Amino acid sequence: MTQLALVIDLNVCVGCHACVTSCKEWNTSGSAGPLADTMPYGKDPSGAFFNRVQTFEVGEFPDTQTVHFPKSCLHCEDPPCVPVCPTGASYKRKEDGIVLVDYDKCIGCKYCSWACPYGARELDPVRKVMTKCTLCVDRIYDRTRPEAERKPACVLACPTSARLFGDIHDPQSQVSQAIRDNAGYALMPEWGTHPANHYLPRRRTSARIHEDELTRADNPLKVDGLLPRPPKSDPSLDDVMSW
Amino acid sequence: MPPPPLHDPLAPPLPGAGTAIRNTTCYMCACRCGIRVHLADGEVRYIDGNPDHPLNKGVICAKGSSGIMKQYSPARLTRPLKRKPGAERGAGEFEAISWDEAFALLEERLARIRSTDPRRFALFTGRDQMQALTGLFARQFGTPNYAAHGGFCSVNMAAGMIYTIGGSFWEFGGPDLERAKLFVMIGTAEDHHSNPLKIAIAKFKRDGGRFVSINPVRTGYSAIADEWMPIRPGTDGALLLALIHELVALGLYDRDFLVRYTNAGQLVNTDERNDEFGMFVRTEVPKEEGCFDPQNKLWWDRATNRPVVTHAEGADPFLLGEFRLSDGTAVKPAFQLLKERVDAYTPEWAAGVTGIPADAIRRLAHEMGVTARDQKIELPIAWTDIWGREHETVTGNPVAFHAMRGLAAHSNGFHTIRALAILMTLLGTIDRPGGFRHKAPFPRPIPPCAKTPNTPLAIKPDHPLDGLALGWPAEPDDLFVDENGAPVRIDKAFSWEYPLAVHGMMHDVVTNAWRGDPYPIDTLLLFMANMAWNSTMNTVEVRKMLNDRGDDGEYKIPFLVVCDAFQSETTAFADLVLPDTTYLERHDVMSMLDRPISEFEGPVDSVRIPVVPPTGECKPFQEVLIELAGRLKLPAFVRPDGTRRFRDYPDFIVNYETEPGSGIGFLSGWRGKGGEKFMRGEPNPRQWEMYAQNNCIFQYRLPPSYQYMRNWNKGYLEWSQRNRIQRYAEPILVHLYSEVLQKFRLAARGKGMSRKPPAHLAARIDTFFDPLPFYYEPLEAQRTDRTRYPLAAVTQRPMAMYHSWDSQNAWLRQIHAHNHLYVNPKVARAAGIEDGAWMWVESPWGKVRCICKHSEAVEPGTVWTWNAIGKADGAWRLAPDANESELGFLLNHLISDELPDGAGGRISNSDPITGQAAWYDVRVRIYPAAADEPRETWPRFAAVPAAPGTGSTPRLLAYFARRKARP
Repeated sequence: MTQLALVIDLNVCVGCHACVTSCKEWNTSGSAGPLADTMPYGKDPSGAFFNRVQTFEVGEFPDTQTVHFPKSCLHCEDPPCVPVCPTGASYKRKEDGIVLVDYDKCIGCKYCSWACPYGARELDPVRKVMTKCTLCVDRIYDRTRPEAERKPACVLACPTSARLFGDIHDPQSQVSQAIRDNAGYALMPEWGTHPANHYLPRRRTSARIHEDELTRADNPLKVDGLLPRPPKSDPSLDDVMSW
Repeated sequence: MPPPPLHDPLAPPLPGAGTAIRNTTCYMCACRCGIRVHLADGEVRYIDGNPDHPLNKGVICAKGSSGIMKQYSPARLTRPLKRKPGAERGAGEFEAISWDEAFALLEERLARIRSTDPRRFALFTGRDQMQALTGLFARQFGTPNYAAHGGFCSVNMAAGMIYTIGGSFWEFGGPDLERAKLFVMIGTAEDHHSNPLKIAIAKFKRDGGRFVSINPVRTGYSAIADEWMPIRPGTDGALLLALIHELVALGLYDRDFLVRYTNAGQLVNTDERNDEFGMFVRTEVPKEEGCFDPQNKLWWDRATNRPVVTHAEGADPFLLGEFRLSDGTAVKPAFQLLKERVDAYTPEWAAGVTGIPADAIRRLAHEMGVTARDQKIELPIAWTDIWGREHETVTGNPVAFHAMRGLAAHSNGFHTIRALAILMTLLGTIDRPGGFRHKAPFPRPIPPCAKTPNTPLAIKPDHPLDGLALGWPAEPDDLFVDENGAPVRIDKAFSWEYPLAVHGMMHDVVTNAWRGDPYPIDTLLLFMANMAWNSTMNTVEVRKMLNDRGDDGEYKIPFLVVCDAFQSETTAFADLVLPDTTYLERHDVMSMLDRPISEFEGPVDSVRIPVVPPTGECKPFQEVLIELAGRLKLPAFVRPDGTRRFRDYPDFIVNYETEPGSGIGFLSGWRGKGGEKFMRGEPNPRQWEMYAQNNCIFQYRLPPSYQYMRNWNKGYLEWSQRNRIQRYAEPILVHLYSEVLQKFRLAARGKGMSRKPPAHLAARIDTFFDPLPFYYEPLEAQRTDRTRYPLAAVTQRPMAMYHSWDSQNAWLRQIHAHNHLYVNPKVARAAGIEDGAWMWVESPWGKVRCICKHSEAVEPGTVWTWNAIGKADGAWRLAPDANESELGFLLNHLISDELPDGAGGRISNSDPITGQAAWYDVRVRIYPAAADEPRETWPRFAAVPAAPGTGSTPRLLAYFARRKARP
């Protein structure tokens, strides 16, 4: 069984928001659109976005981490938004595991957004239907598009390639390998939703310089006759030994 | 089995919609990525990155993905506008006029200025990418008063590096992260080369590279750094000098590189009584022709223990020591002087200045030195150096750096950046794999050849300026001053006040013109620069200056013309507004004559091609210039009989040559009659078509043996000479020691035959024109009571906004609708300011009420905010109660454009060498807003009305391309 998902690498995400607006741009004129905005030029502008980046800080200065955290529908394997839907509008596709909303059935009751523990659903302010990430289902199967471009808009846009896309049930897929190799994790596993999307944590590269690497036989100061030596004014035995 | 969905998610939403894909170049920021614009029956459906473009390789950023909302923004100006009779400047009251009327008005006024005193016309441009054309127009007009925005952007970075290594970051060169092992980014630098840098950093990290970020703030790229070293703003120079100190003290420098490729071994005259004090000793002293560095200096040879000409076969110089020539002259190698300079810059000293612990500074120096030395790269690429020595391999020391405005926008930025370039050189990383690499047309001679005139006689009515408006002074005689040493340019660039102001000083133009110092002007034409708001220091006063009248009742700046695509804060002050097109509606060139998009591997230039027709009566600024140039009969733009030479801008680009028959034009690709030549060749009438067929770029890949060590690479230098990139094929030695600076210092000390500075500036020149980098506290901090104003205040540009340009963008403004002041929680609490509370931030020059945000990601001595999110009421067609104007704020209100000069006068708040605006020097204090104060920002400004021709601002927006055709 295929389960398509995004694997988001927090080790390289710089929080640039490319995924946020490329998603909006593709989807507003796509099969899930339009994605409306209220007060677009006024006070408190607000609109439907399928994907947002949250930025938060961890730790105290100077040991601070700034984390940019892109978040969209996680396409849970056991999605709590589906059973609560009174009209059957919220559904999970058998063939690829994508969780979708059937806009023709949705009555905008918001049960699903209350059921979602991740806050991943947004009510379109104009159509009054629930919207969310579709994994660009209207792109990824589009045979008029070159194979390399049959990916969600956010994945293609991401300048740091922080967003991987593929089948997490296929152990040989790039996403499965990335999860295995880099300790990929799912959000809030305690809810038992089994999110398909995964995150890769920060990975720190450190450096170690050994003392003996600093003093080398080929020290160029030797060439110029000036090996490093302590200043003459430093205390020495000469100052104290008199016999 | 659930019933099938009614809404088929896979069905195309508009069956049968015609789609077309058009390639062009993005302009949502200055990065210039290749984009594909997907059109649904002529409407923009979406924009994505062009996978075949060398810059962005298919990716795109948040701004680029929001191009639709820029294209269809209600803030777009669509008609030429004239200030209503009787309306005040700044009130934004206009009437629409025709282009005929606008051109007639400009033609009449500019022709009069040109035939009387061309200086009275000033053309200054903001974020334009057509400086080759705007500069040509100004020069042909005959005015010296032209520059783009580099003076308030990052000229210190350009000048500091180019005067040291013959190249710089961003368009000029960059870190080779493909092969680096250690990458050090210093200061805010996210915005210059944004997508390519993001691509490279991510790949670098995935390949196991180590990334160290030195920055007062941990955001943006610093967020993913392996190590964050918080530093106090304006103290980077101290850190860099301490790193140099440590590398030199331990011998962790690349001696072979210094000997062969820099002036480290050259002997400097150290006899203080000598007129040649501080100059290199030369074997002969003929008049030095040309702008290259003649190879007539001396080394002290170790083997023979006597002076020899540099690079003499078999010779190896002492880098350290002191010697005496046979005539008794005392001399020292430049490297000895550098070592003496950094002796006192110990890590302990730097710790006290920067706030970075001494052991951390040492550790960083060791990591740099050991990585450079022990992780060497040897590429099997044979090459020949300019002295004829054959090399089997190209060596790389894989330590790479990047820095931009964080270092540049301080009044000590030039010397800081010289120190950075010297550090990079000590590590042996210049134009080598894994280090810094140049991009064509760099490297160039130090300094590059172009010069301004050096006398006001170059300005003659009805004649082009005899020289370039911007150049690279090599000595005092190159300054653009009059017989009394007074400035010729309105911005005082290239004067004794700011001798190396190589990008001009746009930030001083309004103040100087208003004051009539050095002289009043008549017409100021601004293109794409928001000088009444975020592009100006001292915004409140500058707005008053723009609206100020003299005793005669006339405006002190009599005629202000603004060309922009959007209704900005500045358009409100214009007498005449010219509506520019967007980037999707016009032709453009990213020219080799200007700032091309070259890659490490060789020259690249690119074009924009219109993908949608102009909106309303919008006209590209290029077309405005071509039209005006024809009407004013500027020689390069008309035939001998006075008729217009170029039909329009595309025609100009194809057919213009720098000189008749030179074969050098704006575009380097597909030249020659059939497009068979590049760099140089006859005009090709099908050149645009050929660019269109080739992803809108021309890319030339140098043979691998020409791709490295280009300062000294015989093959490359001769190739670039043959292709007329450079006039000379001479080595470009790194200037550890800057004789150029010493020449100015000697003049200030009354020595030599060159011009001398006016008495009141001699001490300033003597102090700052030090041939070796030194650290001084930023000038503003020196003049500020640090107990009263204990904090530094800086800005950064968010990755999802390009200056003030994107607040009219309905999508991007949802990401940054208003800004906060980020304060370290301990500092905020000590001042009694809670997270999210209203507060005041105050400098000696002004104060701002804003919202506080506690942040652990900022060092305690710094407060910061996002730049240019705050907007004036009504500008950019935002509602007067929009978050940008009610809650957002501009830090500029705290920054002065001038400082007391210590002698009762004023001097620009700028670097004393380059005139770089010292945005990041301001000192502030913070305190809570009182409980009874209004919950809104201060200062605020009277709302301006919608300009005629701008769009409507709906309460709801639901963009859907080709909506009207939707079933």
